[in-house]
Amino acid sequence: MGLLDYFRSTRPKGSASVAKERLQILVAHDRSERHRPSYLPKLQREILEVIRKYVEVDMSSVSVNYEQEDSREILELNIILPEAAQSRA
Amino acid sequence: MGRTIVVTSGKGGVGKTTTSAAFAMGLAQRGHRTVVIDFDVGLRNLDLIMGCERRVVYDFVNVINGEANLNQALIRDKRCDNLYILPASQTRDKEALTKEGVGKVLDELSKTSDYVICDSPAGIEHGAHMAMYYADDALVVTNPEVSSVRDSDRMLGILASKSRRAENNDEPIREYLLLTRYAAERVERGEMLGVDDVQEILSLDLLGVIPESKSVLNASNSGVPVILDAESDAGQAYADMVARYLGEQVPHRFLGVQKRGFFSRIFGG
Repeated sequence: MGLLDYFRSTRPKGSASVAKERLQILVAHDRSERHRPSYLPKLQREILEVIRKYVEVDMSSVSVNYEQEDSREILELNIILPEAAQSRA
Repeated sequence: MGRTIVVTSGKGGVGKTTTSAAFAMGLAQRGHRTVVIDFDVGLRNLDLIMGCERRVVYDFVNVINGEANLNQALIRDKRCDNLYILPASQTRDKEALTKEGVGKVLDELSKTSDYVICDSPAGIEHGAHMAMYYADDALVVTNPEVSSVRDSDRMLGILASKSRRAENNDEPIREYLLLTRYAAERVERGEMLGVDDVQEILSLDLLGVIPESKSVLNASNSGVPVILDAESDAGQAYADMVARYLGEQVPHRFLGVQKRGFFSRIFGG
């Protein structure tokens, strides 16, 4: 640290604040995963298989979201169809 | 009925065994009959930290398998009459700890002791699961470091869902945070997560902060729980922690940087 830094009122932020931010995001994510029902990945895969019978979509086009509120659980399903949907039927 | 306390962390090398040894010795010194059990089957180390490695005849797995009774396997500490050590097996497979077997031993021990400390192995496998399953209280040992904090949070999730109390819908395990290897001067420089940061993330009751200290290695070198080194900062911090666990109001020490005087800087100390 140079002499000038010593007199600066705002010292550069150390790596601890970066660690804290990363942890807060990570832990929040881990905790939300923890409360999800364990069947979600399988559900997502099977839904995808059914859709792929009719439309060409890949794994990333289907998102399954699970949220828990006080008295109810919300299962949100979001499927993005390709612009010119190639019909297989 | 005694209380069963698991000392756990998820991550390895954060100070679980050091803490188990110090905590058990501290409780015993205050007159509570205490047993400390090593759950790390295959990698036993608690006996070394406690300095009784040459007195091990029978172990935890022998007791579970009925090859020895509890009185044969328990090692009475030479420094404190109230303290007993139940060593882990060095040769067996960790699957040797069955849920029923562990339950029976803990049940028997808690009839005759005030506190049973379960020193958990690292990880979230069978041994760690067995160590926490029957716990009434959990001491989550954490270093102010990203992987340790994350693993502690993971462990909290497991305590809340996979313990006997969780399965029976009983009152949940009481969880406490013990921050170890804390370097106040690095926290001050913004290089290390501070107590407040870790507490904000884990939101647990803080039972103590143990400073990074040379005395911990010195103690383990000689097989003496560090709490017996009453001169050392770590020893004092563990003594404070024990007092807090027993319900005393003790202010946290060693959180700030120790200001060193001119002479101590020159002559060391």
